[in-house]
Amino acid sequence: MEGRSREVCYAVDEKGNYVQALSAGWEPKNVALLQAWEQIDAQAKAAFHLVKTGKISPLAFFMAKYMFDVKLLSEYTNIPKRRIKTHLKPEHFKDLDKKTLEKYADAFNIPSDELVNYCAQADFPPDSGGNQ
Amino acid sequence: MTIEFKHKQSAHCENGVTSNLLRYHGVDISEAMAFGIGSGLFFAYMPFLKLNGLPVTSFRPLPGMIFRRATASLGIKFYKKRFQSKEASMDALDRALDNNIPVGLQVGVFHLTYFPRPYRFHFNAHNIVVYGKENGRYLISDPVMENPESLSYEELMRARWARGVFQPKGHMYYPVNLPAKTDLAAPIIKGIRKNCRAMLGIPIPLLGIRGIRYLSREIKKWPGRLGDKKASLFLGQVIRMQEEIGTGGGGFRFIYAAFLQEAAQILNKNRLHELSRAMTESGDRWRDFAVIAGRIIKNRSSEAETYPAMSAILCEIADREQIVFSELKKAVS
Repeated sequence: MEGRSREVCYAVDEKGNYVQALSAGWEPKNVALLQAWEQIDAQAKAAFHLVKTGKISPLAFFMAKYMFDVKLLSEYTNIPKRRIKTHLKPEHFKDLDKKTLEKYADAFNIPSDELVNYCAQADFPPDSGGNQ
Repeated sequence: MTIEFKHKQSAHCENGVTSNLLRYHGVDISEAMAFGIGSGLFFAYMPFLKLNGLPVTSFRPLPGMIFRRATASLGIKFYKKRFQSKEASMDALDRALDNNIPVGLQVGVFHLTYFPRPYRFHFNAHNIVVYGKENGRYLISDPVMENPESLSYEELMRARWARGVFQPKGHMYYPVNLPAKTDLAAPIIKGIRKNCRAMLGIPIPLLGIRGIRYLSREIKKWPGRLGDKKASLFLGQVIRMQEEIGTGGGGFRFIYAAFLQEAAQILNKNRLHELSRAMTESGDRWRDFAVIAGRIIKNRSSEAETYPAMSAILCEIADREQIVFSELKKAVS
């Protein structure tokens, strides 16, 4: 796991006294963290292909990528869960007005243009950053 | 405008912020001491509660609890406020900074742009200190980061208004009433007693030592019941809670051992030194458990590294910690 500052661990020195030590990571922990990200990546990739083939709307891809479930997205946008579920269908998503799109884009903190066009323009889903 | 605030990195955010804020006000308390007085050591395995489809395991009490217990026990009063509007929460922060007060904030990790992407989960009970504003950016002492960071107005507001479980609603706090002299002896004893009750005395099979035994019984059934893939995801979740979320290693056991060591000196009780060592040994066994889990997740486990082997380690840990806490109870009575 690169890109993050080291973290504090507690360790015993040669006299048996506890000291704080800086650790760059520990194998079992890194493995467990990587596992979680591979899982999220796999879900984002699966969603990306479903968007590409017109089975679901781009909203589903960004929800998977940024780990939003319908409930959380509803909290961020104040859009009822039932309506979010309809917006996950491509035929409803393409009719969304600018204001609703902006609400979603704001929750993901991306431009609304990216929300609408990203999947159509990209060939591959980006790596969400498990190795970054 | 900047306040002379000393950033000190810590393992865990809640105790780190408590310790850093108090140190600024002249009460010198280590992270481990804040953790111990706040009775921070715990275990809970709650299979019916799911997080991203995985059962919840916790090595600590609910967020905010350690902080509340520690400050109450030390007789320190905090100003605390949650808000109705985002702008009001930022105005209140600016006013406090204008008055040279470093402010503790509860924030959502997902919005902290200085964390690398893989660490940015939707976890809203993270704590940071804001100690100034420079060129429109807020100066941040995040206890889990090696160095001070900064965030823009927009970014900080997003983090303070994260949604979901434990939503902060702009929660901010700082100490207002500090006792002239802090006596640690009584709070230490109180903290240890309360921790003994939490680990030994809750008559629910999911909590404390009983919870460790419960997980020990359950874990060996995982591969059969869930299949290898799902079982390894379950394992990963336990290891992340044990090692990743600012535990200082071994599910907070090492921090607690460090606390017992400090306590032994302050109370002048050698017995606590011995129990600190016993707690370290327990932490080592948690790490042995994690090593096996890590190899299973990576599909690199040897023949001896199995779910039953992990189950046996957990059972041994439960026995060890049962003794440690029973003895601790005697030592401070």
